[in-house]
Amino acid sequence: MTTGTAPAAVAVGDELPPLTVTVTRGQLVRYAGASLDFNPIHWNQRVATAVGLPDVIAHGMLTMALTGRIVTDWTGDPTAVLDYGVRFTRPVIVPDDDAGATLEITAVVGEIDADAGTARVDITAKYDGRTVLGKARAVVRLP
Amino acid sequence: MAMDAAFVGRSFPFADPYPVGAAKIREFAEAIGDLHPLYLDRVAAQSAGHPDVVAPPTFAILVIARAQEAVLFLPELGLDFSRVVHGDQRFVHHRPIVAGDLLTSVVHIDAIRVAAGNDIVSLRIEVTDPTGAAVCTAHSTLVARGAA
Repeated sequence: MTTGTAPAAVAVGDELPPLTVTVTRGQLVRYAGASLDFNPIHWNQRVATAVGLPDVIAHGMLTMALTGRIVTDWTGDPTAVLDYGVRFTRPVIVPDDDAGATLEITAVVGEIDADAGTARVDITAKYDGRTVLGKARAVVRLP
Repeated sequence: MAMDAAFVGRSFPFADPYPVGAAKIREFAEAIGDLHPLYLDRVAAQSAGHPDVVAPPTFAILVIARAQEAVLFLPELGLDFSRVVHGDQRFVHHRPIVAGDLLTSVVHIDAIRVAAGNDIVSLRIEVTDPTGAAVCTAHSTLVARGAA
């Protein structure tokens, strides 16, 4: 089993190890194929700009998946994630270059339910210095 | 065209259950760049007490996608799909989704509202296994941006 980085005793206010991930056009194509979400705004600049976007944008669900990694890396066990939700507040624009878009992800323990043996983790995902997700929260089962 | 609020409270069982495959879980895990052994290695998953490899938390979107779209595309619902963006998404996992699962989705329309000229529809999708046991509850909000 993979071991997470979470300490044995988790406390409200604990910060999770931050995570930086990049998203490239190639990853968007790959996620489109894996998720079967072939909306052209995620791979076709002509279509994206025609509907008023500045450029191709990442799938919200890909941003959600990449962001959730901060929690699963921390628990070590992805099945410890009992509840995970986000609001998509701003698109992640993915340029047609090798660098792609960079997401800066941080998270903090917001609440502990000792009776249920769970913790709520509040997550922040930023692209270009601005948050792209609202109310991003996961409830995880504590070991 | 405004959405039809009479749809609130209605439920739509999707006739075609989703079979969860190990190869699809692997593709999905690779696409999100997470090579966790529980997603890829049957032996590792079984040593951790699972019947087979487990799906990443957001894999549930694949399970519900067709059931959800079948409802959103209903012409009587009046949703302008060409203007739809994903508002929010949440998955409540009652147990891990694993390879070999055969999962049935029932789509419930929880709310339809208009805000700032946008049509907003909130769906709840109850995912169950063949015994009827709850596997996942998904909450999806779709926003049809109003014409400027």
